[in-house]
Amino acid sequence: MKFSGLALLRQSLGGHRGWDRQWRSPEPKAAYDVVIVGGGGHGLATAYYLASVHGVTNVAVLERGWIGGGNTGRNTTVIRSNYLFDESAALYNHALDLWPGLSAELNYNLMFSPRGVMLLAHTLHDVHITKRHVHSNRLHGIDNVWLDPVEAKAFCPPLDISERARYPILGAALQKSGGTARHDAVAWGYARAASALGVDIIENCAVLGIGRDATGSVVGVETSRGPIGARKIGVVAAGATSTIMDMAGVRMPLESHPLQALVSEPVKPCFPCVVMSNTVHAYISQSDKGELVIGAGADQYPSYSQTGGVHQLTLAVEAICEMFPMFGRMRMLRSWGGTVDLTPDRSPILSDTGIAGLYVNCGWGTGGFKATPGSGHLFAHHLATGSAHPIAAPFSLDRYTTGRLIDEAAAAAVAH
Amino acid sequence: MLLIECPHCGPRAEIEFRYSGEAHMVRPAAAAACDDATWAAYLYLRDNVRGEHAERWRHTHGCGQFFNVVRDTLTDRVVTTYPAGHARSAAGGEI
Ligand SMILES: Cc1cc2nc3c(=O)[nH]c(=O)nc-3n(C[C@H](O)[C@H](O)[C@H](O)COP(=O)(O)OP(=O)(O)OC[C@H]3O[C@@H](n4cnc5c(N)ncnc54)[C@H](O)[C@@H]3O)c2cc1C
Ligand SMILES: [Zn+2]
Repeated sequence: MKFSGLALLRQSLGGHRGWDRQWRSPEPKAAYDVVIVGGGGHGLATAYYLASVHGVTNVAVLERGWIGGGNTGRNTTVIRSNYLFDESAALYNHALDLWPGLSAELNYNLMFSPRGVMLLAHTLHDVHITKRHVHSNRLHGIDNVWLDPVEAKAFCPPLDISERARYPILGAALQKSGGTARHDAVAWGYARAASALGVDIIENCAVLGIGRDATGSVVGVETSRGPIGARKIGVVAAGATSTIMDMAGVRMPLESHPLQALVSEPVKPCFPCVVMSNTVHAYISQSDKGELVIGAGADQYPSYSQTGGVHQLTLAVEAICEMFPMFGRMRMLRSWGGTVDLTPDRSPILSDTGIAGLYVNCGWGTGGFKATPGSGHLFAHHLATGSAHPIAAPFSLDRYTTGRLIDEAAAAAVAH
Repeated sequence: MLLIECPHCGPRAEIEFRYSGEAHMVRPAAAAACDDATWAAYLYLRDNVRGEHAERWRHTHGCGQFFNVVRDTLTDRVVTTYPAGHARSAAGGEI
């Protein structure tokens, strides 16, 4: 059923009891051309673009739990593309270009809100590195401008730019085309659109093993709902990727760490944009429900517990209260953690694996939500054609052997 | 926050420590002679296990020593700790 003003009107007359299920919930078939492991945003987007761009519709997305229950449904939804290096800028901007038209394309309101993402500079070093980003972005045609403190406050009035601020604000970089989107809607919108094109979305289906023939090529997966044949397998499982690749004997350059966030009680609109600070590691925005959404830094140790240390949250909240004294008395409602897959250079991996038919899309770590449409679009190209899209090619696994790292970590690019 | 038993100082809060990566990673003996794949494996490839994980920690705000911890990455429970240079099985028992 297509969403429209008319459909809404018709449904409201019927007490909203006539809406269909948003995606089919079929029994798994015996075999598929492509099996995607992981029903987060990236896996679902991959399936959608396989069907919509490449006409590959004999596809299943296998999800251990429920659609979007991983990092997709746990993230703080910051969207931006102002990364430092050529390869990253091209990759994240490819995604940013897709966001504005996506709600219309999927016929699903993703609540994409390009309200601007501001990165604060508190020290002279911050000023230098941030300006370097601004200049590099300008050369790539990516929107990112430098603001002095007064301009920053004009764009974001809650900022404390006074001299007595504990973390003085020496300026900021602003990407106006960045912002936020509704995370669940991204998973649901892609699932609904992919399902309508014939993709089978199979929830409560954990992949337990990867089957291979005598030549080493993949032939299918073992799952909690029985064996499923596959000519190609795309692993898109974020924090769980190492475990799944281990089923095919592939060791990954990944460590899975907890990353936490928290939200306040909802209040009236008071915070106009996204503000991030790399130096004090905190970032904040206000959701359309009115909650302040606050993100912390990753915990230092690897873990699959989806919980982290309370001191990480404390650090983030302390920094927020210093920067925005008006939030000093806000009450926090909920906190949670996800398991993020960190690579050594903090850039993602979109790659073949040395095993025929096995492909992997992972390593998005603390900042992959923003890339969901681009990642799915590029990975679908790789799965359908057998070779990497030029934008994705530098993000192959062999960069760890050749040494051609894309070191956004060393470039002091912020996470998220 | 984890409670970690430093083999030298006793139990202390996690904020006194720095996590320092997977333990028992052996540097290739002839580093200059080894091939790129071996070197890449040493530098970057990790087990990243779900379950008991042997890892290095440093007591930065205490004795300053590196030591090893076996911790369950599903529950974050510290199973055992032992000094650097000791084999995992010897100090950790049946793990
Ligand atoms: C607290 C937090 C804040 C964040 N903030 C931001 C932000 O502001 N901006 C940003 O861009 N990014 C952010 N991120 C990162 C972002 O959430 C991720 O990079 C992105 O959502 C990854 O999407 P995904 O689809 O690859 O992974 P996921 O959504 O995690 O999907 C992977 C799926 O694989 C499934 N799976 C695992 N094992 C198996 C198996 N054996 N069989 C079948 N299925 C399996 C999981 O259940 C899961 O649903 C944040 C992350 C966290 C945790
Ligand atoms: Zn000590």
